[in-house]
Amino acid sequence: MANAAGAPADGNLTVGGHEFRSRLMVGTGKYADNATMVDAIGASGAEVVTVAVRRIDLDRTKDEGILYHLDPNKFFLLANTAGCYSAEDAIRYARLAREAGFNEFIKLEVIGDEETLLPDVEGLLEASRTLVADGFKVMAYTNDDLITALRLEDAGCSAVMPLASPIGSGLGLINPYNIRIIKRRLSVPVIVDAGVGTASDACITMEQGVDGILMNTALAAAEDPIAMGHAMKRAVEAGRLAFLAGRMPQREIAVPSSPTTGMLS
Amino acid sequence: MNEEMTVVVNGEERQIDGSSTALDLLHSLGLDSRTVVVEVNREIVRRPALENTQLRDGDQIELVHFVGGG
Repeated sequence: MANAAGAPADGNLTVGGHEFRSRLMVGTGKYADNATMVDAIGASGAEVVTVAVRRIDLDRTKDEGILYHLDPNKFFLLANTAGCYSAEDAIRYARLAREAGFNEFIKLEVIGDEETLLPDVEGLLEASRTLVADGFKVMAYTNDDLITALRLEDAGCSAVMPLASPIGSGLGLINPYNIRIIKRRLSVPVIVDAGVGTASDACITMEQGVDGILMNTALAAAEDPIAMGHAMKRAVEAGRLAFLAGRMPQREIAVPSSPTTGMLS
Repeated sequence: MNEEMTVVVNGEERQIDGSSTALDLLHSLGLDSRTVVVEVNREIVRRPALENTQLRDGDQIELVHFVGGG
């Protein structure tokens, strides 16, 4: 695998039969302006960018749609069902998104609570089953709960996306154990979605062995989103490489790095 | 000139020509059918069908597109 000069070989991320060139996926919301968004996404090296489905502003007081700024030939547009609080709504939004004509993937969110934006797993499973049967490739945003993750895989989801911590919280990876066991037990890709706040969070998350990360606010709300885009690209790569490298064992006592023999008398 | 009818577009009532199709509505709003997804009474109208979809008085129409999101 490894050679003297190079990093260990690592395949690309494949979800639902589609190969992606970056393990980092990014959102397109909450940026101060579109030029910053485009540059920050460029710096991150992400190929997959998420978008939301919303009413067109018929009074044109707001900006054009996102496609005016992001070339669909350059980025893979992953539509989400953000803001949906029932399976029925999420299915409706997913079908509208597919009709836009880019791909059959959907980042499925069924939210259960306004304060925490935590998922409604019952609605999520129901919507997953319906959308998979309808030909969608479902990437399901969920809790860091193994049983739900297993059920989503059984439902035919193409990827399971457990949270690191709540959406937009920037609290980082709260429960590495849960993420590791989900990754260990699932066959489909595990992509951590939500909660990453800074580069170390992304690196630690990737070190758990997951297949990728999706983030939005960590870039959009950084003081310098473009610089954070560069940082996140490196953090995701570093965390992935560290996982592949296999870390040293942790000990609670020191072990000297220099010889204990040959000391002067 | 046909009589006008009232339809609800993205939650707001609008008076449009009584013979309007879904495509006519998009054109009257200055929208490009390639970047809009149309739903009439909760049924998606696929792009090739827009020009043959006759709107009716009282129709509930949603016009959506992609915006920034996470």
